[in-house]
Amino acid sequence: MTFTTRRALLGAAPALMAAPALAQNQGQARLVVVGGGFGGASAARFARMTYPWLDVTLIEPKTRFVTCPYGNLVLAGTRRLEQISHGYDGLRARGVNVVHDWVAGIDPAARSLRLRGGATVAYDRLILSPGIALRWDALPGYDEAASEIFPHAWVPGEGAQTTLLRRQIEALPEGGVVGLAIPDNPFRCPPGPYERISMIAAHLKRHNPRAKILAFDAKNAFSKQGLFQDAWGELYPGMIEWVPASQDGRITRVDPGAREFESEFGTRHKVDVGNVIPPQSAARIAIEAGLANAGGWVPVDPLTFEARQATGIHVIGDANVAPPMPKSGYVANSTAKQAVASVAALLRGEAPPAAPVYFNTCYSHVGEDYGISVVGVFRPNPDGSGFVETPQSGGVSPRGNHPEQRRLEALYADAWYASITRDMFG
Amino acid sequence: MIQLRRLTLALPILLAAPALAQPASNGPLLAQACLGCHGPGAAGQDGVPAIAGRPAPELVAQMTAFRANERPGTIMGRIARGYTPEEITAVAAYLAQAR
Repeated sequence: MTFTTRRALLGAAPALMAAPALAQNQGQARLVVVGGGFGGASAARFARMTYPWLDVTLIEPKTRFVTCPYGNLVLAGTRRLEQISHGYDGLRARGVNVVHDWVAGIDPAARSLRLRGGATVAYDRLILSPGIALRWDALPGYDEAASEIFPHAWVPGEGAQTTLLRRQIEALPEGGVVGLAIPDNPFRCPPGPYERISMIAAHLKRHNPRAKILAFDAKNAFSKQGLFQDAWGELYPGMIEWVPASQDGRITRVDPGAREFESEFGTRHKVDVGNVIPPQSAARIAIEAGLANAGGWVPVDPLTFEARQATGIHVIGDANVAPPMPKSGYVANSTAKQAVASVAALLRGEAPPAAPVYFNTCYSHVGEDYGISVVGVFRPNPDGSGFVETPQSGGVSPRGNHPEQRRLEALYADAWYASITRDMFG
Repeated sequence: MIQLRRLTLALPILLAAPALAQPASNGPLLAQACLGCHGPGAAGQDGVPAIAGRPAPELVAQMTAFRANERPGTIMGRIARGYTPEEITAVAAYLAQAR
């Protein structure tokens, strides 16, 4: 938001405030949030608690939200799916109008949504937190049917994919091979595939110690790489082979029937269990609304998260373009609050809150009582074109022999999970 | 439970404390970042300590020490170095009056 726009809004405030009120229930300004995950649930809860004058509707198809974080611990057998599933009664108790339906279409000009169930929902401001779509057209051989043999377990849905991969790992033949295909950037949860490798290894070390994990990567480097590789050498010696793109790690075709991955230079790799994490984009709703760029992600204003392509629609969470911020649950939660504060200000004809700081901490479990982390503190950059990490801050846990730190970070990871899910659903 | 509206009450008290940097104006929003680990209301969560209701000068002293690498910790040093003294003062003022 430029200063000129701000002044224009301030000048026009009485007129702006009067117009929407005519169309509103009980005269309240209407915020509609689409998507009840880390971004959307955080936004709805924060909006009701902080701006009680807002009428908040949350539209989410599922009645239970299964988190991506801690899904890898379900694969390891140290968490059950029920322990990472959350309902919406807490948000209802806070006065959020929770509607379980799919959005069929957005009409930005009319500021309304059409639901598959037939209802039309009007908004004064819309926050979209739709998450990601898996690009079924991006990796030859990998479509929805293939994911029943080579699960992605990357978009949990109601948990079937995670359960399927867990069952396959439990049934792995003795000394068998688990293959992972890991995509290039950008994708949801940058450390996620490597925590997954670690958690699968933790299971195999106990139950199938001669098994191997072959991790094929479309990249040459990854999040917390040194820490992960140190831990793999320490905890799971000889079990994990990570193959970077430079060593023909990029998987370019999969054959679920033959249980094979094919890499860029034509090599075929036989796997007993295949976990394919395909390339991703913003969820379809954002693309169909015309909000996404050619790469399939939504450019946003770094102060308000309003989509560059539409006024009145703010896009948070993994669907937006926000490098160097990672596509993480904590970033979705942190940016949700600035988006809500911006929406509230704009609805009152005020300027959005200046000088925000966006926050991320991602913990990863790599073994029992062994946690590592990356911290990032971000801001809009001075020209408003994007985001910048605060210099001399953040970064990863120290490498080397720090057993107390590893134990504490595992403990704090669990505290983070409990805490942030309460900040979403409590 | 933390509510943003309370900030206006806390600021005059804070401004009277000479040892503290001039606070940034957006302490309540900045403090939201703490809640993902320190629990709703910053009241603590499973071994991560409560920070709400602590005296502001104590919180500032701790964050300043984390920032300068003078205080051992797992991740707080990395976090504290991401904030200016003005922002730390504002967050501390807000947390001090939150409960």
